[in-house]
Amino acid sequence: MSRFLTTFCAFVAVAFVPFAIAGVTAPGDVVITALSVDKPLTDEAGNAESGKKVFANRKQGNCLACHANSDMSDQLFHGEVGPKLDGVASRWSEGQLRTILVNAKAVFTKQTVMPGFYTLDVGEDVRKDLVGKTILSAQQIEDLVAYLATLK
Amino acid sequence: MKKSLLVSSLFVATALAHVSFSAMAGPADDKLVIDDELEIITRTAPAEGHPLSEVISGWHYRTPETRALEADSFQNPGMLGVEQGEEIWNTVEGTEGKSCASCHDDAAVSMQGVGASYPKWDADSGKPINIELRINKCRVENMGAEPYKFDKDGQKPLTAFIKHQSLGTPVSLDLSQGDMQKWWEQGKETYYRRTGQLNLSCASCHEQNQGKYIRADHLSQGNVNGFPTYRLKQNNLISLHNRFRGCIRDTRAEFPDAFSDTLMGLEVYTTWRGTGLSVETPAVRQ
Ligand code: HEC
Ligand code: HEC
Repeated sequence: MSRFLTTFCAFVAVAFVPFAIAGVTAPGDVVITALSVDKPLTDEAGNAESGKKVFANRKQGNCLACHANSDMSDQLFHGEVGPKLDGVASRWSEGQLRTILVNAKAVFTKQTVMPGFYTLDVGEDVRKDLVGKTILSAQQIEDLVAYLATLK
Repeated sequence: MKKSLLVSSLFVATALAHVSFSAMAGPADDKLVIDDELEIITRTAPAEGHPLSEVISGWHYRTPETRALEADSFQNPGMLGVEQGEEIWNTVEGTEGKSCASCHDDAAVSMQGVGASYPKWDADSGKPINIELRINKCRVENMGAEPYKFDKDGQKPLTAFIKHQSLGTPVSLDLSQGDMQKWWEQGKETYYRRTGQLNLSCASCHEQNQGKYIRADHLSQGNVNGFPTYRLKQNNLISLHNRFRGCIRDTRAEFPDAFSDTLMGLEVYTTWRGTGLSVETPAVRQ
């Protein structure tokens, strides 16, 4: 708890940080070792079916905006800003996939255009109602990791 | 943090070896000739210091159907706005009993090429001025009329009408006037500044990823030579500052006011990036 408080103070002028949830690692507390986040962000195992929905949903992951994915050939309009995600689980370990989702910049350098989905290391002038919030929740990240792990 | 950066260079090397990029769609190989007679410069060599190797109009990134609409002025739905603008040009308003035409006569003569050289330096305000603000200045100082509010009343059609008088003329700014260079610098900073929860800059989409699809949208270079453009999605003329605000909003950021210093700098800089492209107003886009 005291560790959480320290991190809390580091988030300048953030009025509301909705991460003080039992069994959930706050974004500032995620430990990245050798570019892998090995410890799941929640106690609840990821659910691949839910992860698939987060992936496609435009208001959540909206991953299809940038990535093609043959597993979703029923969906129209796959983007090409990022690499095709077919077979992604044979290129990256689960811990590495978790890192990419938490903060892609830790893996692909600051230059990457892939947003960090569970980090407060974001751009300037963030929309007021989103300040201090991450794009996805810890559970949604775990669900996505479980889903990506099925793409062998 | 240092540690993760160190390891990260290692990782990028392995990552790159595995990444397979999808085939780039790229700009269409096509030529824009309006009404079979006016050739539009839609591809050109970049101005000195430009980061891209070729400057390409957004027209090339649209579907064949949308491209065809712009090539035929009878079918271009934006031309209705231009005609509306022509009416406003000739309409008396304000306490001085004048219309635009009272001072400038035939726009085809007096406004020819004007739209291709804006924004210009405005010594009175000590800032760059664009067509919209120039119209407001004339309304207030010469007509005794109220300035138009952003995107309201005659602002979009009259701007489109004035810019349309430069159809085909290559965009060319004079950055040596006043402090234009300083505003260019500031606009450039805005262009590369990453904003919002999605943490993206203009360059993330329109420089690094132009030619690729982002979901159903084909990313262009974000050139401004066709504004106000007719957007089929919105069934309406869309002003440049509205487009700027929309793109910034899409990064999930707060967006600046229209005609604010931030967006005026951005207009100067993005207009410069399109140097050499013909004015296309009113362009047709999805
Ligand atoms: C705005 C664009 C964008 C969005 C949205 C996006 N990504 Fe990415 N992603 C990229 C890019 C670009 C890369 C390649 C790394 C680089 O070049 O920076 C990448 C790389 C990846 C990789 C590694 C792929 C490989 O083959 O090595 C994974 C896994 C991934 N993204 C998953 C996701 C998931 C899951 C989502 C949604 C929650 C998502 N991405 C959303 C742009 C995006
Ligand atoms: C998340 C991606 C994204 C970002 C970031 C972005 N844009 Fe765009 N922009 C688009 C898309 C998609 C379109 C519509 C397709 C096109 O014309 O490129 C567009 C269109 C435009 C157009 C219209 C081009 C035309 O031919 O009519 C302009 C101008 C523009 N953007 C400027 C900017 C500027 C300036 C910024 C930064 C302040 C910016 N954009 C940031 C995605 C983006």
